[in-house]
Amino acid sequence: MSILSASDVRAAGGGEEFVPPGPNSFDFSGVPLFHIGDLAVTKPMVQLLLAGVLVFALFWAAARRASLVPGRLQFAGESAYGMVRNSIGRDIIGSHDYQRFVPYLVTLFFFILLNNFFATVPLIQFPTFSRASMAYALAALSWIVYNAVGIRKHGFLGYLKLQSVPSGVTPLMYPLLVPLEFFSNILVRPVTLALRLFANMFAGHLLLILFSTGGLFLLQYGGIGYVAGPLAWALAIAIAFLELLVQFLQAYVFTLLNAMYISGALADEH
Amino acid sequence: MQNLIILAAEETEGGHAPENPLGFVPVEFVLSLVVFGLLFFAVKKFVAPAFEKTFAERTQAIEGGLAAAETKQAEADAKLAELEKQLADARHEAARIREEAREQGAQIVAEMREQAQAESTRIVEHGKTQIEAERQQAVTSLRAEVGALATGLAGRIVGESLDDEARQSRVVDRFLSELEAQNGTASTQPGSVN
Repeated sequence: MSILSASDVRAAGGGEEFVPPGPNSFDFSGVPLFHIGDLAVTKPMVQLLLAGVLVFALFWAAARRASLVPGRLQFAGESAYGMVRNSIGRDIIGSHDYQRFVPYLVTLFFFILLNNFFATVPLIQFPTFSRASMAYALAALSWIVYNAVGIRKHGFLGYLKLQSVPSGVTPLMYPLLVPLEFFSNILVRPVTLALRLFANMFAGHLLLILFSTGGLFLLQYGGIGYVAGPLAWALAIAIAFLELLVQFLQAYVFTLLNAMYISGALADEH
Repeated sequence: MQNLIILAAEETEGGHAPENPLGFVPVEFVLSLVVFGLLFFAVKKFVAPAFEKTFAERTQAIEGGLAAAETKQAEADAKLAELEKQLADARHEAARIREEAREQGAQIVAEMREQAQAESTRIVEHGKTQIEAERQQAVTSLRAEVGALATGLAGRIVGESLDDEARQSRVVDRFLSELEAQNGTASTQPGSVN
């Protein structure tokens, strides 16, 4: 709150105009936390690292002294691990192949989840993957993983055929369908993966900033703002809860789609 | 909130070109890959095997427990069947023994009855033969005695003079009373024989 009022004083000092949040709100390049050599380390980078450390630390603490009768921490860890392992890995990929993808899926889910939750964690309050490049990285990795899995199983041409040539369709339709299938299965997937995650986090955070700074501005504006300002803040809180759901959902969807792509690449026939 | 500071900071610094939110930032891209990669290997090496091992052990423990329970159950069933069989055998045996005892008892009773019958028949026979023998003996002795008596009586009657009837009957009466006085029991027999 003190931060808000400080900035508000400046905003008010700058003029009566409300400055809406925009892409600039996500640009940390001007305010690095510290430098390592020439590299300016920004807040999202630190968050990324923190999420990695936290995910591992929590899981390691839960798995370190694993016993047949689990303690509370181990039970929580097993439930979390088991959820991704069973409901995403085994159910989507199938019990024959899923085992070797479990570490990947578990890492993916909890890494994204924690980074998304950072949007709501007090004092951090920034969703890491609203930095598009970070989402690009995971999407690119996903693209490499499912394609590599498919190529390794079916060979390069076999895999291309699997992904591009739909079975059960008359060859007359191939000129139309083959480019479309190739486009949707090979080219579009990483883009949608990255954009879905990025845009959800970006938009959610933008909304939160808008409602909280807007509420403050309204309060200072006076008049009807004394009613509208608190209302905006109440909405901001409601949106924050909605965002919690979105954060979980996006992590889940990202992981689920990865599993489905892998499962599709492993499939014998369409 | 942090962003407000940044906004403010940017405003004060100024001159910072607006960034495209979709723009590609190599550092972030690489960092994201590196952190994810490290986390992945850490999870793959330390976390997943531990959990999978626990899962497998737990499954095995449960299955082992179930198998052990099944074995125990089968053993108990077998034991129960055996005991029931033994019990049935014992019941059967008891029934058999009871039946045997009843038969034996009946047999013994029948034997005893037969024996008693035979004994009684024997006793009766014995009594009959004894009576017959005694009778024979009595008859023999009577025959001898009656002869002597008759001779004695006749001699006395002859000696007294057999004139009148009154004297005759007096002599016979006296003779008979003498006889009675001499032997109470034997006195009747000569009468029955005559």
